[in-house]
Amino acid sequence: MNFQLSEEQQMLADSAKRFVRDNSNVETHRQNKKLMPLNEMTWQQLAELGWLAVPFEEEHGGMGMGPLETMVLLEALGEGLIMSPYIATVVLGGGFLRRADAGTQAKTIPALIEGRLQLAFAAEEYERVFSLENTTLQGVVKGDDVVLNGTKASVMNGDQADLLVVLARTAGQPGDQQGLSLFLVDANAEGIERVPHRMVDGRQGAEIRFADVSVSQAECIGELNKGYDVAKAVLQEGLLALSAESVGSMSVLLDDTVEYTKTRKQFGVSISKFQVLQFRMTDMFIAMEQTRSLLLASTLKYVEGHADADKAVHAMKAQLGRAGRKIAQEAIQIHGGMGMTDELGVGHFVKRLTAADGLFGNADVHLREMVKPA
Amino acid sequence: MDLQVPEQEASFRDEVRTFLEENLTDEIREAGKMVTSVFSPVKEAMAWQTILNDKGWAAPHWPKEFGGTGWSVTQRAIFAEELVRAETPPLVPMGLHMCGPCLIGCGTQEQQKEYLPKILSGEHFWCQGYSEPGAGSDLASLKTFAEKDGDDYIINGTKIWTTYAHHANKMFALVRTRKDGKPQQGITFLLLDMDLPGISIEPIVGLDEVPEQCQVFFDNVRVPQKNRVGEENDGWTVAKYLLTFERGGQEYAPSLHVQLEKIKMMASRQQTVFGSLQDDPVWQYKLAQLEADVLALEFTEMRIKSALSAGKDPGALSSMTKILGTELLQAITELRLETLGAQATIWQPQALVPGDEQPIIGPEYALTAMPHYLNSRACSIYGGSNEVQRGIIAKAVLGL
Ligand SMILES: Cc1cc2nc3c(=O)[nH]c(=O)nc-3n(C[C@H](O)[C@H](O)[C@H](O)COP(=O)(O)OP(=O)(O)OC[C@H]3O[C@@H](n4cnc5c(N)ncnc54)[C@H](O)[C@@H]3O)c2cc1C
Repeated sequence: MNFQLSEEQQMLADSAKRFVRDNSNVETHRQNKKLMPLNEMTWQQLAELGWLAVPFEEEHGGMGMGPLETMVLLEALGEGLIMSPYIATVVLGGGFLRRADAGTQAKTIPALIEGRLQLAFAAEEYERVFSLENTTLQGVVKGDDVVLNGTKASVMNGDQADLLVVLARTAGQPGDQQGLSLFLVDANAEGIERVPHRMVDGRQGAEIRFADVSVSQAECIGELNKGYDVAKAVLQEGLLALSAESVGSMSVLLDDTVEYTKTRKQFGVSISKFQVLQFRMTDMFIAMEQTRSLLLASTLKYVEGHADADKAVHAMKAQLGRAGRKIAQEAIQIHGGMGMTDELGVGHFVKRLTAADGLFGNADVHLREMVKPA
Repeated sequence: MDLQVPEQEASFRDEVRTFLEENLTDEIREAGKMVTSVFSPVKEAMAWQTILNDKGWAAPHWPKEFGGTGWSVTQRAIFAEELVRAETPPLVPMGLHMCGPCLIGCGTQEQQKEYLPKILSGEHFWCQGYSEPGAGSDLASLKTFAEKDGDDYIINGTKIWTTYAHHANKMFALVRTRKDGKPQQGITFLLLDMDLPGISIEPIVGLDEVPEQCQVFFDNVRVPQKNRVGEENDGWTVAKYLLTFERGGQEYAPSLHVQLEKIKMMASRQQTVFGSLQDDPVWQYKLAQLEADVLALEFTEMRIKSALSAGKDPGALSSMTKILGTELLQAITELRLETLGAQATIWQPQALVPGDEQPIIGPEYALTAMPHYLNSRACSIYGGSNEVQRGIIAKAVLGL
């Protein structure tokens, strides 16, 4: 057992922290009150720093790293208010591309790494409690093609994506793992309508409607009807990334709250002197450290392929929801009125944690998954 | 002891229902459904207040001689329940529930005559200037200073978190008139116009991106001394009178019941792989916990009303309801987020603005979930934070 960062990982963490220090700024973030085109400058910076290359093989220009490095990078980025579609494009989108056929990989991964290709994973649906098995978007095989019909909801980066990875049901019923398929679809293909919207955390997303969208079966990632395992693996990498980012945000909320109580005076003393607040900040700290532990547990078990890796990832996502909410709520409460304003970073990190819980199954969903019979 | 509803109260309920059906406009109903804060959209709330006032029902909690209704405690409760059930936008409280009662208790006859009718009619829109950047929970440490000058006071300083100051034409404020002695004993209660020279207002944008609160700055603002309520340096007494007046007045349970019913509807629309979320035992367990808590609160509130009806002081019970009501509301907004999952992450605050024409993205019932969750975090901060409330109970009730 060794929980020390390698030299390479440490460098990654250090440079990401430096980037956050130089580029994260509440004022800039607050301007994000409208739907905006992708911040190309930030994205190009991330590309130049080599971070878009982290999880890809060297033959495609990647760094040949994995979920551990993604964790290190995103935890550091999570300490800042830098809105980038990293998880949607690199972790989720890239995760699918890495599992696509060689031709697709050669065509797409280098462009992604250079910052020229955006992706989104279209998985969630309206009025369906999220799980992969609960997918209903219909895919009907017609000769060499599959015709897609239905709507995907809250698709992170759905508005900016050039390519969509669409999770569809090509056979079976909601609840079946069998019969799920993944398609790589041009986001501007005929029959696709995108309704862009902001997400509460400042990211952008879209509702995506599919009306008789024809995709060649050749664009299927993995085998037709057997997309579940691929989707699960990539989703898990996405959840780990989201969790790492959240741990970073938790640490900011804790630090900001502790700092605030030392400077805020009421009744002639710093409010940090009130024991009731001390205990609650201590509980925030404990919740954050427990989350960090589960992040390590789930990431390492996933990377090493342990039998209980699935359970650990579900535990992690549930913890992110529960601890995230607790830490967020306490941060606001202890800041008093200041915590309710758009002016401080606090509210923006709170929104990020709240969104992270809601996406891809909230704490309840993942707790249920933990106890689901195999 | 029993729970029977006397005949005349049942028929009173019918009277209120009929009135609501006949008088609520579509715009007001629509605004009521979209409310995500204790503070309603101003235009619709004021339109609603006008309709109620025409009927004589704008301030049932005021004594009859000042424009109240003369209803019994139970009738008032029925009325409040029916408003909540019809999802009307709550009336803006600063005039009707804060300034009005202070004037009724401590104002001169002249002040009462001048201001109370205009509070009822909405001609005067009040904001509450108590908190300051340095004086939140420790309100008595407020510093905004009013210096005597002839028949006037000259005010310098700043107020913060002043809800709807940017909509108001009047402010009731606590200002310092003496710097020595006990801090509470150097505070004066003043009424002032918001368009006086020297006042400037800066809206503060909240987590829901709505500018609900403001910071108000006073730069040599001249206010006539006749605008003082109560004695100089005795403003603390005036402000505290409100606590006596409103004791047990605030009811949370009826609106919490309504919110829980709506969540059940939402859950019934969410499909899991086993059926609807409403049939899911994990979800049911959470709902049941909240239903039990709300039922308990409903009866706590009824115990208060029962004591008040019998002319008794409900004492400790009423101190609990702020804590319970706000924390249950927060828990309910959480269950709603949990029920809606990713649908609640879609952020479209502009769609909550009455009259917005843009199509709503996602199920319409999901629209208010996130803004309401975020906004309701404030309930445990304002009106005496829940930490401060617990401190009060510990001291006053438990004798600690
Ligand atoms: C939405 C909203 C609307 C408001 N509207 C108005 C308005 O219209 N007019 C107006 O005058 N004011 C208004 N306020 C201000 C409100 O009254 C104050 O926010 C409140 O009094 C708390 O003060 P503070 O924000 O300075 O927090 P602080 O007093 O700085 O408190 C920070 C934290 O410390 C805790 N704390 C403080 N003292 C103690 C203690 N002794 N023991 C334990 N914990 C303690 C608090 O509970 C809180 O968690 C509003 C506030 C909000 C959020």
